[in-house]
Amino acid sequence: MKTNLIRIGAALGAVLVAAPTLAQDLTLWSWRQEDRAAYEQFIETFEAANPGITVKFETFEATNYNTILSTALAGGTGPDLAMVRAYGGLENVASAGYLEPLSTETVPALADFSAASLAAESMRSDGQIYAVPFASQTQFVIYNKAIFDANGLEEPQSWADLEALGQSLKDAGVIPFANGTATAWQNETVTFGLGSSLMGKDFYEDLIAGETDFTDERFTSALGEVAAIAADYFPDGFIGLDYPSAQQLFASGMAGMFIGGSYELSNFKNQNPDIELGMFAAPGETAEDEKLVAVYFDGGYAVNAATPNKDAAITFVNYLASQEFGQAFANTLNNISTVPGVTFDNPLLGEVAELNQSSIPYLMLAHFRYGEPSGSVLIQGEMQKLFAGETTPEAIGEVLTTGLAAWYEPFQN
Amino acid sequence: MPKLRMTGRGLWITFLIVPPLAFVALFIVYPIISAFAYAFFDWQGLKRLDFVGLENFHTVLFVEPYRSWTLNAFKNNIIVFFALMVLQNGLGFILAYALWRELPGARFHRIAVFLPVVLSTIIVAYLFKLFYHPLFGVVNISLRGLGLDGLAQPWLGQSGTALWSIIAAQAWHMVGFPTLVFLAGMQRIPGEILDAVRMETESEWVKITQIVWPLVAPSATIVFTLLFVGAFNWFELPYIMGGLDGSPFGSTDVLGLYFYRTAFGNVSAGQQDFGLGSALAVLIFLFIAAIATVITVRLRAREIQI
Repeated sequence: MKTNLIRIGAALGAVLVAAPTLAQDLTLWSWRQEDRAAYEQFIETFEAANPGITVKFETFEATNYNTILSTALAGGTGPDLAMVRAYGGLENVASAGYLEPLSTETVPALADFSAASLAAESMRSDGQIYAVPFASQTQFVIYNKAIFDANGLEEPQSWADLEALGQSLKDAGVIPFANGTATAWQNETVTFGLGSSLMGKDFYEDLIAGETDFTDERFTSALGEVAAIAADYFPDGFIGLDYPSAQQLFASGMAGMFIGGSYELSNFKNQNPDIELGMFAAPGETAEDEKLVAVYFDGGYAVNAATPNKDAAITFVNYLASQEFGQAFANTLNNISTVPGVTFDNPLLGEVAELNQSSIPYLMLAHFRYGEPSGSVLIQGEMQKLFAGETTPEAIGEVLTTGLAAWYEPFQN
Repeated sequence: MPKLRMTGRGLWITFLIVPPLAFVALFIVYPIISAFAYAFFDWQGLKRLDFVGLENFHTVLFVEPYRSWTLNAFKNNIIVFFALMVLQNGLGFILAYALWRELPGARFHRIAVFLPVVLSTIIVAYLFKLFYHPLFGVVNISLRGLGLDGLAQPWLGQSGTALWSIIAAQAWHMVGFPTLVFLAGMQRIPGEILDAVRMETESEWVKITQIVWPLVAPSATIVFTLLFVGAFNWFELPYIMGGLDGSPFGSTDVLGLYFYRTAFGNVSAGQQDFGLGSALAVLIFLFIAAIATVITVRLRAREIQI
């Protein structure tokens, strides 16, 4: 009896001592506080399939997330896994060597991801992938179906249609576009959400190939057209209207359209569950011009290069790259998962995915946020000037080209 | 020569002085010195690279686009300082005088004037953002109601009005503070002096300029210096009402926002750069320290002891 007790005691003791080495506790950092419940669900699924690994989801304030993360990584107190931004925001963290490079060897599923999504989570200097991309966002025009139906309106096929559409809504006493531009980054959204088809795929390709710059007439004329629409069909005093106010104008049904990203859809549905949403790619000059949306990638899941639990962390990012996760992500969070082969239950997401078939990258974010001054900062300020009548589209082309030449080599000549 | 001996009293004093001294050293002196040090290095994100001497200072002061950003933010800080000097301290003095003279309702107004100071800056900022709303804001609605449609503006969206709108919010928020300090100064003026003045003149103007203003000089020293430091460290209101970029196109940009953007980055900016940010912080610190010292010394000199 006594020896049995000792044996049991010894066995328990061994388990207690061994337990911490067997169970691997991972932490995952994120800026998506609003997605906590969903992530805890995903993690539960993962833990059930991978006994011995536990994952803790921790969130931080979104605006300062990059600072918080890189400070922690620099101080050696970073998480095992972290959600990271894309493009320039990724390079801020990855260039200091804090993130583990990923490859198709460690994460085989990456082989099937789209090249654009992987490019968003790679460093330009070494071409290495540093994170599993999680979602894409699309910039286009969202509209209120009930208002369109009540006025017998349809999605526009040409720029003239769009202007006629604005006029009809105005005549019907509805604000055509809810957008305001007092919040700086909204200027970029409006410019490319409305102007991408006018600029066109050819312009984009020539620009990236270094064959043209922003003084290109295809670009500057698009800016002029966007500003003309804003002057006629945005709310009175839209230059003093901030982002949340613009969202409310649309969600409350006071405005017919909202130029914005696919991330707005669930937000509008939350604010007004009865609202019926439609979306279209803003047209080009004629009905024949290809209708383009502007697409970018949000961010990805990265592994801390210094984590003591690297194997477990890699196992977890493999799960995050799996179709099972991508499907759950799309269904629960109502976002366009980047995992290939994911289908969308939500008809709105299905529509977004369809529009994504014909797209160009969201220009400034994808290519011009790698140095100071960034293309985003320049276009935001310059468009505010244009809307206030303090500059011209041609002058903006000059400012962008000479400004970016400070660090963007193709413009340095 | 007296020998230093650790008496019980000496130990006791040491025991009391060391913790706060350590606290100040750790959380104030050390960060300032490290910011000085950071400013002399090249940075990649938060990774420190090579020693670059004064290059970061040179960049923020003389290299485009930083040069024009620095000048623009600095110019706006100067506008803020002088505007608040009039709107906040000037008005504060007048209010304090009115309260001191015990005009009808003084007791109520003493509380009413100071109440906004107690409010959180966030609340004040959101409140004024609502006031300035172009469609539903109380400012525009009132103007339209008065038939002054032409004066209704997108206040926070125009380069000509945005900074002034935020300054007005700041003045409303903080006017109670100089009022309180001036009022305290006025209440310290001895009754005999006031009685003597009353024998000489009936003029309020003479009383204010010859007696009250010189005698509240210590209060003025305090509120002027604090306003100077506050105006050049201004951050919260422009951050909430104009955004990190000083929207629209830098009209509401001030050194605080510019420093923050440069050192820590923001969603639309390119790279965060600790070196340039630290160089800016050092320049702001040196500027404030130098000018605040001059202001204090000059103003102290004109204070009169009663």
